[in-house]
Amino acid sequence: MDWNFIIFTLVKIVAVLGLLHTIAGYAVLAERKISAWIQDRVGPNRTAPPFIKYVPVLGTLLTRWGIFQPAADGLKFMLKEDFTPAGVRKIYFWLAPAVSVIPSILVVAVLPFGSYLGHQKMVIADLNVGILYTFGIVSLGVYGIVLAGYAANSKYPMFGGIRSSAQMISYEISMGMSVIPVFLIAGSLNLTQIINWQAQHGWLFFYAPLSLIIFLVASFAETNRTPFDLPEAETELVGGYHTEYSSMKFALFFLAEYSNMTASAGMMVTLFFGGWSLPVFGLDHPATTLVAGIAHILIFLVKVCILMTLFIWVRWMFPRFRYDQLMDLGWRTFIPLALVNILITALFLWIRS
Amino acid sequence: MESLNSLLDGTLVSTGLFYLFATFTLVCAALVVANPFSRNPVTSAMFLVLAIISMAGLFLLLHAFFLAAVQILVYAGAVIVLFLFVIMLLEIKEELRRRINLFGFFAGILSVGLIVRLFIDCLHQSPATSAANPSIEGDTAPLGKLLFTQFVLPFEVVSVLLLVAMVGVIFLSSRDSKPRISAPSSGTEPGVGKESTAVPQSTAPTTASTQTKH
Repeated sequence: MDWNFIIFTLVKIVAVLGLLHTIAGYAVLAERKISAWIQDRVGPNRTAPPFIKYVPVLGTLLTRWGIFQPAADGLKFMLKEDFTPAGVRKIYFWLAPAVSVIPSILVVAVLPFGSYLGHQKMVIADLNVGILYTFGIVSLGVYGIVLAGYAANSKYPMFGGIRSSAQMISYEISMGMSVIPVFLIAGSLNLTQIINWQAQHGWLFFYAPLSLIIFLVASFAETNRTPFDLPEAETELVGGYHTEYSSMKFALFFLAEYSNMTASAGMMVTLFFGGWSLPVFGLDHPATTLVAGIAHILIFLVKVCILMTLFIWVRWMFPRFRYDQLMDLGWRTFIPLALVNILITALFLWIRS
Repeated sequence: MESLNSLLDGTLVSTGLFYLFATFTLVCAALVVANPFSRNPVTSAMFLVLAIISMAGLFLLLHAFFLAAVQILVYAGAVIVLFLFVIMLLEIKEELRRRINLFGFFAGILSVGLIVRLFIDCLHQSPATSAANPSIEGDTAPLGKLLFTQFVLPFEVVSVLLLVAMVGVIFLSSRDSKPRISAPSSGTEPGVGKESTAVPQSTAPTTASTQTKH
């Protein structure tokens, strides 16, 4: 038994979980602020603990930025009445939020969020089949939504659940096929090695731009965000799969959505934008000093935040697809495109070798 | 990776995990077919998911990381979701009222007995070497090489088999509803296209007709 390994892994797990939930919480705030700016509103600007207004300048500034809003939201979710409608299938009703939140948390286990800190690799599990693990876990996320739709025992959540199962399976295929060129070029399924390859040869975004586009669109569909938020389309389905949920159970679905978003942003950073590496100031080598290690973690986080801003921006700029358009796009456009992409990349690599 | 491997090799941990996963697989698999608490098909499907996930755990203990990942990705992630999809679309109520078919019961016992007999025979005939050095150590390249050189014929035959099943399902589901051919793609087609063998052929036309009714 390697106690050192176990202790350091536990520390990493706690740190990553804390960070993931903080990012998810503040992503909600960012969502509200950015939507407010896009729609020419102000957004949350007054929630604050009572004593904060006595702090000069900083207090009012933080309040106006809405820094305390996520804490208030969380508290509200916890204190609300947890209502269970009479007709629901109880076991699945309780199970569904947990089933949807667990995969979204497990996904980050293989993401390298930095190079080295001291002698510790900044990744929880450095698997050789890292990306396959991710796809496997992501594909389990659909159960949460399907079960939520089934558990509610009413019409609209059911439609939301069925829609989502078809949508998520469809887009998983194009998502899985879109990253194959990346592995053909980098020659490994291990995410750490992919980042090392990018640090030496340049970001994979320049080698496989089509892959990035397909992956990006597919991850909008996988995270159920606009323009593909059909499982919860409010105007058609009341609220979709989580219509019957309230309080903390609803908050868990919310949390799952935002941590999925964080995880897929992290995945894109890792696969296409060089992970923790930055091609300036010699930051593209695995860190040997503590400062460089921390800088790498910060670089990774900044890249993730930039991509999440893109996610949020898209949500408030584009209308929702119709269901047949969504299926058409997935099956008749992205899958052939991904296949052609694999073929072209393979041919190119074959000719060059 | 090395530390993870050493943790898996630690005899106490890996033996404990083996018994945990094996028990879990067996219990869940039994609950799929004979659940004393619920006759709900959705419950059966969910226990099938659990059984498959714990089987992936067994693969992990054998250092077959690729197989473990693919097990979850393909079976838990795609095939059983389609089972659920069909169950939920059809809303099978008769299943709850169905009584135990005596002939089916004995046929099931008989076939399980034969399979167990087969396993015991296999175990007796195989030399008792432990699989100490797995050749496919998490890496996918050797597995791919084997699939495309030594086992290329069986691999292609299996693919053709899947294709045949898929064509069959499409033919059966579109035979008695001519207007569907001209209609734009509906929600059922992706489900049929992805893993056609997952959808029992007899249910496929019913799925199609429920779709057109909506």
